[in-house]
Amino acid sequence: MNEQSKQFWAGVRAELPLLISVFPFGMIYGALALNAGLSKLAAQMMSSIVFAGSAQFVTAQLVHDAAPGFVILLTIAVVNLRHMLYSASLAPYLASVSTRWKVLLSYLLTDEAYAPTILKYEREGITPFSHWFLFGAGIVLWSTWQASTAFGIFLGTAIPDSWSLDFALPLTFIAMVVPVLKNRPAIAAAVSAGIVSLLAYSLPFRLGLILAALVGIAVGTLLEKKADSDS
Amino acid sequence: MNIWLVMFIGGLITFGMRFSLIYLFGRFQVPETMRRALHYVPPAVLSAIVFPELLLSDGSLHLSFENFRLVAGLVAILVAWFSKNTLITIIAGMVALFLLQFFF
Repeated sequence: MNEQSKQFWAGVRAELPLLISVFPFGMIYGALALNAGLSKLAAQMMSSIVFAGSAQFVTAQLVHDAAPGFVILLTIAVVNLRHMLYSASLAPYLASVSTRWKVLLSYLLTDEAYAPTILKYEREGITPFSHWFLFGAGIVLWSTWQASTAFGIFLGTAIPDSWSLDFALPLTFIAMVVPVLKNRPAIAAAVSAGIVSLLAYSLPFRLGLILAALVGIAVGTLLEKKADSDS
Repeated sequence: MNIWLVMFIGGLITFGMRFSLIYLFGRFQVPETMRRALHYVPPAVLSAIVFPELLLSDGSLHLSFENFRLVAGLVAILVAWFSKNTLITIIAGMVALFLLQFFF
């Protein structure tokens, strides 16, 4: 087996444990997007056009609430800002590959593809074929996401409204956020954002959401800086 | 609001962020403050969505045990805290909601 294949399959293997939770996640997205009012085609295509789990969930929520397009776009931008961080940290390792590869690998760059990749790169440094690892991890994640979305859409039409399936969306967010609340700045960020969100709820165009997010981010960042300068 | 237009632009924005620094490597460093701030995006955005979902009914604050979503949400928070497992949390919260709606 040549080096490219080795790296590719190493990437796939590294990604497999993450797929166990990605599959149900994609299914839930598919069913919820449908429930939120998206057409089956739109729900499915979002998984390849946007291809970002948390942004897709939030978009489904905002479509359900009839938010205007520019609010959805602003929210997608804020939610996905962290991908710039991934881009920055992987950039040195991908510096010498062709632009075509950079485009492809950037498209595949999700949280779940980033995590095992950055760990491997930081262990082994820059090697000529290491971009195949990211390709392996990314493509298997992409395929799983498309399949699980389709499955969720398929099941979604079979689930009645009275089951309050839309409640699964805030539950998903709770499941994602609680494990991250490990220190005071993170908790403060969450609580301050939540409170502002309640206070600003009546603002038009769901601007309260973005305002709350910005306040939360600011609070978390300031507290972290303060904690650093105190120590 | 055309959902397809929103999706395409949203896709471009997302791709742009992923591609930005891989493409610009060497020409732009992420400032320290921005790097720190990015850590707080998930808790801030997700809480901004969750708080109203749990605490508001028809736009006004509904802080009582009769707010089934709030109770089910609190169950989910506890389960998330101890299990750190997404699927278990969602199932626990949904089961809690069903039970509350069924019995009360």
